[in-house]
Amino acid sequence: MITKRIIPCLDVKNGRVVKGVNFEGLRDVSSPVELAKFYSENGADELVFYDIMASSDGRKIFTDILCETASKVFIPLTVGGGINSVGDFDRVLNCGADKVSVNSGALKNPDLIYDAAKLYGSQCVVLSVDVKRVDGVFRVFAKGGRENTGLEAIEWIRRCTDNGAGEIVVNSMDTDGVKNGFDLELLEKVCDAVSVPVIASGGAGKIEDFITLFKKLPKVDAGLAASVFHFGEIKISDLKRKMALEGIPARV
Amino acid sequence: MIAIIDYGVGNLFSLKSSLSQVCEDVEVTFDRETVKRADKIVLPGVGAFGDAAKKLKSTGLFELIKDEAQNGKPLLGICLGMQLLFEKSYEYGDHEGLGLIKGSVRPISEIIDKNCKIPHIGWNSLIFKREAPIFKYIKNGDYVYFVHSYYASDCNESLIATAEYSVELTAAVNQKNVYGCQFHPEKSGGVGLKILKAFAETEAV
Repeated sequence: MITKRIIPCLDVKNGRVVKGVNFEGLRDVSSPVELAKFYSENGADELVFYDIMASSDGRKIFTDILCETASKVFIPLTVGGGINSVGDFDRVLNCGADKVSVNSGALKNPDLIYDAAKLYGSQCVVLSVDVKRVDGVFRVFAKGGRENTGLEAIEWIRRCTDNGAGEIVVNSMDTDGVKNGFDLELLEKVCDAVSVPVIASGGAGKIEDFITLFKKLPKVDAGLAASVFHFGEIKISDLKRKMALEGIPARV
Repeated sequence: MIAIIDYGVGNLFSLKSSLSQVCEDVEVTFDRETVKRADKIVLPGVGAFGDAAKKLKSTGLFELIKDEAQNGKPLLGICLGMQLLFEKSYEYGDHEGLGLIKGSVRPISEIIDKNCKIPHIGWNSLIFKREAPIFKYIKNGDYVYFVHSYYASDCNESLIATAEYSVELTAAVNQKNVYGCQFHPEKSGGVGLKILKAFAETEAV
């Protein structure tokens, strides 16, 4: 039976994981390669590497780090951050990324998703979208959540899947950082609108938040989080065991 | 030496890295002599069947791989590479495969429940159907990573494992020295590496 996926997200800047991490047994807690190996060995189903681009030098370092990780970690890797062109797809896919996630790049260049899906296949193109309620309407935000595009979120997501996006990461800015659970209202709307896999992001604070997510919204395929995993507040192995106990298909 | 066939379909970085974990000598190649010299061949592939078959034919590797496999050299097809082992595919038309294994490739939409998403993507558990050399280090129920929208049908004779996705889909096949995995062993963590190690240890027949 196909399992629900648990995906840690690593923010990488100048070759280091940005948010501090603290794991016993890790020699270098801010090495993306070490952390990726750790997660891979402890039950993560997939990893997201997010490139917090500081400069063009930073981008070169990121690409090198990605290559090193992909040569040592054998689970699916998704790369996001600074993906603005088909050339950017090429750059990270050649380093061993399996999927590429686009956010602002798709807003700036409406053809990007279509072009990339045609070249590399839909399975490789992930739409990442930052959503926030504004006067009761779900709006798409760009530039890391700093700019309201005015686009209605469900409409935007539908347009992107029509253009070939093969997976959607839905990040709710309203629940992100609050650690009080995922944005079930938004996620349900997205699940009803599209037939591609939906990855929930923003709001996980404890194991029960994942359990509630998968029980209330069985159409959600995966849960993504960063700091709760990095700070050890949720151990992926504990989470997986709990999922299995609750009858949620999990790779334990 | 294991030769990974490079015919311009998909990126081979992960495959080369993972095979290098279990075998000292791995080459990514489109050179006929290297393929002939290899002890084993791995045929990867992502994308559309028709394009891939055309590319293999235009490089002359289509006939060569067929000959080498028929002469007993171990061959492992992965994902689209597995589908290419069959006689025929109905992906956007009607295409001829290598014909090393009996059966054909069809859209999963024809058989799966309409509530199941396409592609079949993610980690799914293997249901063993028969013993096979490439499974010697793993067990029934182990999880592997899938991404596909087409499946191999009418291949009961070679079927060694399925995965449940509202119906049982072909997950792996084996006939003598020819092996195929619909899933990606190079993306399936420790289980995947064990499958590759077992393949690296198989012998010509």
